[in-house]
Amino acid sequence: MFENLSDRLSGVFDKLTKQGALSDADVATALREVRVALLEADVSLPVARDFVKAIQDKATGQSVTKSVTPGQQVVKIVHDELVHFLAGDDVNAGDLKIDNAPAPILMVGLQGSGKTTTTAKLAKRLSEKNGKRVLMASLDVYRPAAMEQLAVLGKQINVDTLPIVKGEKPADIARRAKQQATLGGYDVYMLDTAGRLHIDEVLMAEVETVRDITKPRETLLVVDGLTGQDAVNVAEQFDGQIGISGVVLTRMDGDGRGGAALSMRAVTGQPIKFVGLGEKMDALEEFHPDRIAGRILGMGDIVSLVEKAQETIEAEQAERMMKRFQKGRFNMNDLKMQLEQMLKMGGMEGVMGMMPGMGKMKGKMSDAGLDDKMLRRQIALIQSMTKKERANPQIMQASRKKRVARGAGLEVSELNRLLKMQRQMGDMMKKMGKGGMLKQAMKGMFGKGGSLPADMGAGMDPKALEAAAKQMGKLPGGRLPGLGGGLQLPPGLSGFGKKK
Amino acid sequence: MAFFSKLKDRLFRSSAKLDEGLDEILNAATPKTSAPQPENPAPGATDNAAAETEKPAKPGLVGRLLGQTRDAEQSAARRVLDDAMLESLEELLISADMGVEPALRATANLAEGRFGKKLGAREIKELLAKEVARIMAPVSKPLPIYAKKPQVVLVVGVNGSGKTTTIGKLASQFRAAGKSVVIAAGDTFRAAAVEQLQVWGERADVPVMTAPEGSDPASLAFDAMGRAEADGADLLMIDTAGRLQNRQDLMEELGKIVRVIRKKDPEAPHNTLLVLDATTGQNALNQVEVFQKISDVSGLIMTKLDGTAKGGVLVALADRFGLPIHAIGVGEQIDDLAPFDPDEFARALIGLED
Repeated sequence: MFENLSDRLSGVFDKLTKQGALSDADVATALREVRVALLEADVSLPVARDFVKAIQDKATGQSVTKSVTPGQQVVKIVHDELVHFLAGDDVNAGDLKIDNAPAPILMVGLQGSGKTTTTAKLAKRLSEKNGKRVLMASLDVYRPAAMEQLAVLGKQINVDTLPIVKGEKPADIARRAKQQATLGGYDVYMLDTAGRLHIDEVLMAEVETVRDITKPRETLLVVDGLTGQDAVNVAEQFDGQIGISGVVLTRMDGDGRGGAALSMRAVTGQPIKFVGLGEKMDALEEFHPDRIAGRILGMGDIVSLVEKAQETIEAEQAERMMKRFQKGRFNMNDLKMQLEQMLKMGGMEGVMGMMPGMGKMKGKMSDAGLDDKMLRRQIALIQSMTKKERANPQIMQASRKKRVARGAGLEVSELNRLLKMQRQMGDMMKKMGKGGMLKQAMKGMFGKGGSLPADMGAGMDPKALEAAAKQMGKLPGGRLPGLGGGLQLPPGLSGFGKKK
Repeated sequence: MAFFSKLKDRLFRSSAKLDEGLDEILNAATPKTSAPQPENPAPGATDNAAAETEKPAKPGLVGRLLGQTRDAEQSAARRVLDDAMLESLEELLISADMGVEPALRATANLAEGRFGKKLGAREIKELLAKEVARIMAPVSKPLPIYAKKPQVVLVVGVNGSGKTTTIGKLASQFRAAGKSVVIAAGDTFRAAAVEQLQVWGERADVPVMTAPEGSDPASLAFDAMGRAEADGADLLMIDTAGRLQNRQDLMEELGKIVRVIRKKDPEAPHNTLLVLDATTGQNALNQVEVFQKISDVSGLIMTKLDGTAKGGVLVALADRFGLPIHAIGVGEQIDDLAPFDPDEFARALIGLED
């Protein structure tokens, strides 16, 4: 019943591995399985429904690669989207707004969600890691010995707690905590409230009062990571009535799949700040969306598998190409691919913009007539050739040249320049291939997953290239950035690693 | 029967959403079904439906107050039972934490022989409630009382599920029934857990045996067995620290408690109660499975059913493990522990009002 998603999806997709791209129907079938997986992971129904809908468009039309099954492909899409969704735009997940001391932090949640333990863990973290002076106060006047629990924990972690005064109301305790924190020079004071049901109007009003008294900088909703479909109701009510600024998921060291994380994020729109991973006082970590995403989908290492498979494909392609280059075969097809690659990456300007220190050169380049138009013209020239001509450019004599130039609407001289470029590049490849340098260069490139594009040379005539080389000589180290081993690549060779 | 009405009120509150969901499903299709038959001389029904769709899902008190009149209107909104509707019903059950598979089965049973027929909200609810009650009926059993003295009741569960509170409530009930009870505060791990149980002991007027924080709970359990025997107590309730079922070390510790108790009485513990939180989702299945393996769980108690959580996972549990459900927790007061009534539960889960 709890088989992982990838198994289930591969069953769905077994029949259609041969197809080139995912069709609407394929995706719909797969997403049904994704939805069930989400539901079984306790993602709330409305959230699961919306999420699946959002993914539908992304998945349709994605090309299917040979070594990766369509099922895996869908899983990867879902996973990536999940990570994106869980992470949001929040860059520093673990940060709390605790400037202007004393900053109040209000902890709220259902009974037994782990508020008191989390309060203590967070206090420990703030005092030890951030060097803050923290004061903890328990507003739980209902559960027997709740205040003592926080006091004991405070002693354990060396954080001050507000002295317990029996019979005081939560609002009074909050006031006293505020006063004590101000007088005592604390940076942060944390208010651990009693567990309450989100539909308990009296208790919800009580926490509202506390909020109005202290105006907390952070209001953290503590939620049990094992929570089921009810997570939406809880989040909605707490957020609607009290207004929360972040979520802490507890008990994530259990074997629950943590679907509540997705529900919480979707309903409140607030970031998940921390996860509780055990009973020890330091078992509190920042939230890592990718871990939770993998867990929700119940797929273990599937994503890394998919990534590895894709890498393999790229490496296979690169290997094949390298073999050809070693033999000095660099024909028009290869050149065309290079040119197209450049265009894809944003053209001449885009490529230059990506390289540090190259910004100034942009102007000079366009002066020299080096722009995207030229790239497109060269591609047009190649497209005007027959298959045979593309594979063996050396057969191009005058009549062929004339035909091709006419076909592209260009002059023969431009075609000559293109042919010369192709010849030069081919020669260089051969030379490097013999010396074994090519292999190293390729390794360097793929080792870093493609590194920075350096095909700027591809479209340049030798003069401009020289100028560029001079410019580059002024760069620190005189090397192209991002190339493993610091090798100067032959112009036009790189970018293969970026192949999709 | 003020208590029962209170309980029912609480349970119904929890299922108001489900109820609305069902109404929505029916109403969503009403315009569709009435559209192809414009000669239908009952404009009232369509008007009603239109009005309903205009103000969709009005939650809370008003909806509940109007419940009865709405029900009457709804009985007019009938819809053909088709695939789409079955799917929506499945989703409704899933959103009550019933789990995907049990929800599929329940709706499949519902559809049998009725596919393509027009059904009203009331009918559907009754059928679903019957289906749920059928699954739940065999597991509704009170905590069995044995002649053995002392009868040892071990209470286990994950952190924060409500073990300590439940023990307090149970002790009070048995005390009221004239039994002599001893509690062993076996949660020696969590800060102030012992104090918490002592307060409950005072409230229930039951002695609580304690051990210092950080000491071995197994040895406390052993001592408590001796004391309960010496005192001639009818019941010994042993609290344990909350533990997640995938924590091997903590589960070992629990296994040790059971082994040590058996040295005194090879048949003990006579009952091992697993306390589950109603807000828990599908992980409850794992909890039951692992706790059962380690400590021979003999029955379940579900807490926090006074919230919006529907505890639908109980259906999945009953379906899969068939463990008896002894009681449900419906509040923080000492008498907020009610026997489990399958019909009541089913009707509340589905949102069927009388």
